[in-house]
Amino acid sequence: MTPLLSVRGLRKTYGGRIGCEDVSFDLYPGEVMGIVGESGSGKSTLLNCMAGHLAPDAGEVLFDTRDRGPVDTLRMSEPERRMLGRTDWAFVHQNARDGLRMSVSAGGNVGERLMAVGARHYGDIRGKALDWLDRVEIAADRVDDRPSAFSGGMQQRLQIARNLVTGPRLVFMDEPTGGLDVSVQARLLDLLRGLVREMGLSAIIVTHDLAVVRLLADRIMVMKGGRVVEAGLTDQVLDDPQHAYSQLLVSSVLQV
Amino acid sequence: MSDYNFAYLDEQTKRMIRRAILKGIAIPGYQVPFASREMPMPYGWGTGGVQVTAACLTPDDRLKVIDQGADDTTNAVSIRKFFERTAEVATTTVTSEASVIQTRHRIPEEALSEDQILVYQVPIPEPLRFLEPRETETRKMHALEEYGLMHVKLYEDIARHGHIATSYAYPVKVEGRYVMDPSPIPKFDNPKLEMAAIQLFGAGREQRIYAIPPYTQVVSLDFEDHPFEATKAPAPCDLCGAGDSYLDEVITDDEGGRMFVCSDTDFCTTRQAAGHRGRLSPIEEATA
Repeated sequence: MTPLLSVRGLRKTYGGRIGCEDVSFDLYPGEVMGIVGESGSGKSTLLNCMAGHLAPDAGEVLFDTRDRGPVDTLRMSEPERRMLGRTDWAFVHQNARDGLRMSVSAGGNVGERLMAVGARHYGDIRGKALDWLDRVEIAADRVDDRPSAFSGGMQQRLQIARNLVTGPRLVFMDEPTGGLDVSVQARLLDLLRGLVREMGLSAIIVTHDLAVVRLLADRIMVMKGGRVVEAGLTDQVLDDPQHAYSQLLVSSVLQV
Repeated sequence: MSDYNFAYLDEQTKRMIRRAILKGIAIPGYQVPFASREMPMPYGWGTGGVQVTAACLTPDDRLKVIDQGADDTTNAVSIRKFFERTAEVATTTVTSEASVIQTRHRIPEEALSEDQILVYQVPIPEPLRFLEPRETETRKMHALEEYGLMHVKLYEDIARHGHIATSYAYPVKVEGRYVMDPSPIPKFDNPKLEMAAIQLFGAGREQRIYAIPPYTQVVSLDFEDHPFEATKAPAPCDLCGAGDSYLDEVITDDEGGRMFVCSDTDFCTTRQAAGHRGRLSPIEEATA
């Protein structure tokens, strides 16, 4: 089976400082990978390098494209990479405001990706937008409201709808539940889990919240100081951490 | 006149602007940056259009300047006087007699010919500006032909008003490639953008020049189920009776009285001189 995404020897430095170093892994279709670690451990650097937002210094990111098979996205031309970013890839930002157009209505936000790939029928676009708002549990009568009138949890759900509307195969998520209160987090996680299973999505989720990876991820990587210190099945790593840092991370979670 | 170089700008500046114009014509709809000069008028009064006109003028030219279709408004009068003084070119208000026409917010009603140049004053040349504030990003979007965002604006219009409510500065796609802001002309004028004359657009503050060569395909953006419509007030002109010209609405009293008149003054007076009469034409003339 061809991995959907395969990362080889990825390195990114900021001057003399290491962002991330020597990261390699494979992600198979339908698999959800969690990347955990403390602040500054290089999780977001790694995610941004994979998603093409940052240019890594070394390594390759092979993506299994629909028409040409595995292609190194770092050596793709920019139009191709941006096209990928609108169709097969999705990126969910930690802060919904970074991923939404705040001055455009919810329907317009969801429809943007459709129009970006050539949809030119208003009725169809609106129909799809309404369908997706329903799937992320946003009432249909809010379709013409701007995201600035939405609560934080709704904004995050809207961002997810906007990203998934073109049926991507790979979703990058940067702390999707950060900044939300626990009950809203729980609903969002429930929703995400449902969507991931239902659409057969592959996802890479960066988070410092172990509960999130426990619920969503099949496999996790633990990062520290820019390097992967431990990787494996989620339950295996969380229940029986081997590396000293993983043990620290697991034992740091407050038990209520 | 000897105090000024011909048409105010120095020759090197005019060369620089002509190069930008030629590049603009070579790449229809593409915004060419140019080193806009300070002009003796405020930004927003047509500094871009004036520089383009200055670069195009020759001593044999006949210049017409219109503002919202009218030859006699402040902007038009002051720019016409400016070139009368600095270039000593002949001026006219008759569309068909002019070789260079500088315009603000209108295309003349009368069809232009191949030996004419139409110069537009442009306030904001970037059609994507209000949706994407970053210049780096909009340039990239033009370069990669990513124009989905333009339709988001039209989508918002329909969602809010039930139809495409954008009535001026209506975005167009030029020759199947660049999306362009046709300057704030009413969308009634959009179909006229495919014409025989050269069309040049100058934005002074934003330092951009772009162009539409003669007979270039210009398509107004729309949705399949909400096609583009060139709209005008549903009435004939009250002075010349024309039913196919773009109209200004004039409030005549505080009891709801109003009249519609052609915004193109030359078109209207020509028609009146030819004997056409509207609802509110003076009666003694009508009977005479």
